[in-house]
Amino acid sequence: MTTSARSSYLDAEPREDNYLAAGYGIKSWLLTVDHKRIALLYLISLTAFFTVGGLFAVLVRLELLTPQGDLFQSEIYNRLFTMHGTFMVFFFLLPSVPAVFGNFLLPLMLGARDVAFPKLNLLSWYLYVAGGLLSFVAMLAGGVDTGWTFYAPYSSTYANSQVIVSALGIFVAGFSSILTGVNFIATIHKMRAPGLTWFRLPLFVWAHYATSLIMVLGTPVVAVTIVLVAIERLFHVGVFDPALGGDPVLFQHLFWFYSHPAVYIMILPAMGIMSELIAAFSRKRVFGYPVVAISSLAIAVLGFLVWGHHMFVSGQSVFAGFVFSLLSMLVAVPSAIKVFNWTATLYRGSLSFRTPMLYALGFIGLFTIGGLTGVFLASLAVDVHVHDTYFVVAHFHYVMVGGVVMAYMGGLHFWWPKFFGRMYPENVARTAAVLIFAGFNLTFFPQFLLGYLGMPRRYHAYPEEFQVLNVLSTAGASVLGLGFLLPLCYLAWSLKYGRKVGPNPWHAAGLEWTTTSPPPKHNFDAIPTVEHGAYAYAELDAEEVAHA
Amino acid sequence: MPELAATHHGPLAHHFETLEQQKDTCTLGMWAFLVQEVMFFGGLFACYIVYRFLYPAAFLEGAHHLSPAWGTFNTVVLIGSSLTMALSVRAAQLGRRRGTAGFILATMALACVFLGVKWIEYGHKFEDGLIPGVAWHPEPGAAHGLRIYFGLYFTMTGMHALHMVVGLVLMVFVALRALRGRYSPDNYIGVEVLGLYWHFVDLVWIFLFPLLYLLGRH
Amino acid sequence: MKSHVLPLRVYLQVFAALMTLTAVTTGIAFVDLGAWNTVVALTIALVKVVVVVLWFMHVKYSPRLIWVAALASLYWLLILFGFLMSDYVTRVPVEGWAPPIAW
Repeated sequence: MTTSARSSYLDAEPREDNYLAAGYGIKSWLLTVDHKRIALLYLISLTAFFTVGGLFAVLVRLELLTPQGDLFQSEIYNRLFTMHGTFMVFFFLLPSVPAVFGNFLLPLMLGARDVAFPKLNLLSWYLYVAGGLLSFVAMLAGGVDTGWTFYAPYSSTYANSQVIVSALGIFVAGFSSILTGVNFIATIHKMRAPGLTWFRLPLFVWAHYATSLIMVLGTPVVAVTIVLVAIERLFHVGVFDPALGGDPVLFQHLFWFYSHPAVYIMILPAMGIMSELIAAFSRKRVFGYPVVAISSLAIAVLGFLVWGHHMFVSGQSVFAGFVFSLLSMLVAVPSAIKVFNWTATLYRGSLSFRTPMLYALGFIGLFTIGGLTGVFLASLAVDVHVHDTYFVVAHFHYVMVGGVVMAYMGGLHFWWPKFFGRMYPENVARTAAVLIFAGFNLTFFPQFLLGYLGMPRRYHAYPEEFQVLNVLSTAGASVLGLGFLLPLCYLAWSLKYGRKVGPNPWHAAGLEWTTTSPPPKHNFDAIPTVEHGAYAYAELDAEEVAHA
Repeated sequence: MPELAATHHGPLAHHFETLEQQKDTCTLGMWAFLVQEVMFFGGLFACYIVYRFLYPAAFLEGAHHLSPAWGTFNTVVLIGSSLTMALSVRAAQLGRRRGTAGFILATMALACVFLGVKWIEYGHKFEDGLIPGVAWHPEPGAAHGLRIYFGLYFTMTGMHALHMVVGLVLMVFVALRALRGRYSPDNYIGVEVLGLYWHFVDLVWIFLFPLLYLLGRH
Repeated sequence: MKSHVLPLRVYLQVFAALMTLTAVTTGIAFVDLGAWNTVVALTIALVKVVVVVLWFMHVKYSPRLIWVAALASLYWLLILFGFLMSDYVTRVPVEGWAPPIAW
């Protein structure tokens, strides 16, 4: 990929007009419309909410060390796992990759100066923080005990916890998500640099485009569902209450219409990161680029046709269950295609096992396990046995933590030098990655076994025979927690003491690597004209030989 | 296409290259937003369809409690406001400052008439005791599911009214900007985008009206 | 940058068409057509929506991408309604059970 103005690899001095130096003081950050600063604002708030969610997980795993419900009463335990799920899903997983990496990188990858609607972008962050604070306030006022899925009629009629406040927090955060989706759709369609056709785009961009479609099409449905739950609580209309003629399964339909595509909002951007990491650390273009690009769109579309697989035992008709089961098999295909293509990219690549690559490789293994167990769950008959057990819990943690969080960490390490002009310490980082991988598996693999053996989810007590597996799981959680603490420390450390880097420390392909590290406030001195496709590693290596 | 230099005070925002790119991007952005609005109301229409299927008698009875006269009147008013809004956009396209603002004011007036009528209608429902959770005392022998019908009626028309109020607030801003000469034939996208939003509000009502007021009338 | 300015006449014609359709839909509601009342009412509503979208919202003169956005929203709405109702219309009543009528 050639550009009309390119910084030399040897130029290690950061520019004075880089986006971090452009204005100091809290106002220049809180009133910024620079997509790069907004990305960092998200990074900070996401880390805070991840910590809150993580603390609740610690409490849950502590309770589950012993078979008796002896640490917390069941009503309190219900609040613990609900807050864990709510903060992790709505205030970490959903925004994480798009808000940090999408915001920072999309304009750079597109050769643009900012996203389509910079002020809307800032509003998105404020809405996200407001939503998070509302949920935090709800937590301080006693929290919610409905489970993150807040099923009716418990949530809409019988719960005595802070349902409305918490749901309002999610509503507001959902609005943030919708506006981000609108912003990205407009940006990707309308702000590509000259010569940057759709099939020259990095797969990261395709992934975020598909994600944005889901954000726009799905989120409003959960928003209106939340409104209905609030109305039901306040006015007892009966829309979800069987005692008044309503159908609680209708709630589940409306909830999962969004919440299933929501998991694709979480995984698609992570898959986008994966394509970038695998290509960079194999120094090869991604195998089957057009197929991988289209598979993102396929996941977005097919993902809307499968929501009933969460409802096989809810009272939904068997016919509907059959249809949803069949379609769920179909949605696994594009995801599998991606895994095959990444693996094919690794084959005969020039591999280097730096930290981002370790996370990427971890993703391939863990996401495969998570994805396959998803197919087990999509089989109607199997699901009847394992629904609402720890099998489901293990499945979604494999895809969400083993998938999304691993990709997030890989991306964080890959683009950290771009964000801050500083490299993280490689050996500590690799250690942390291995710890996270090991801790994760120790935490969640036993849970597949527990679920299959019959341990229900959301229970604070269990039969004696399940204790060994639970203890292993909690031990794993401690390792996992330690693993996450390490990056928190060394990444912060690197901001001051990390080795300074030039524009392209990884010698990676991509327009973002042609700017200085950190990038200038306006991204590009001159908007580049693009003449090659993405992942032009062969050309890049040839140029480097010529330079040397 | 002549490139227009990005100036701090000009109509072209710093991150766009041309006014046309800015216009196309804003139009696309508003349409993406409208897509999510369709899905938001879609969720409510989905509830309507389900409960109409489950309780057809209640929905027929519920419709009889509504006034087709007021409903038709409001439909005429709202479509009229769509006309005035479209004419406001046209005035902006032609560079007519006061026409733009004037038509927006007409739109606002019609919107207020609509909301006034809804206020009257809601008042009648209060007297009849047909507001679930607020004043609910229907006649004995009311169809099963009538409470759900009226819950949906108030939720759907209430959400619609809320969107109208938001529209009214936006109209104030746009009208003021129009009077200050912020729009021109080359840069009227603010008015166009407001128009798209307002027409969407009209579209929702075009479906709400027959579904709530007319089905089962005969 | 010149944009397509529609003549005033077009807007007034569209308005007249919408008024006519409104009158028809209200009038026909009082005529007993059985199940066809619903079909007619929804068809008229759909025509009104198409008219507003094409002319008032300028979609007729907009780039194809806008058409795609408008049609996509319709398609997704149909997915929601279609799959949702596929559950309700295929539910089989359980023998000997009746809903608790407390309302």
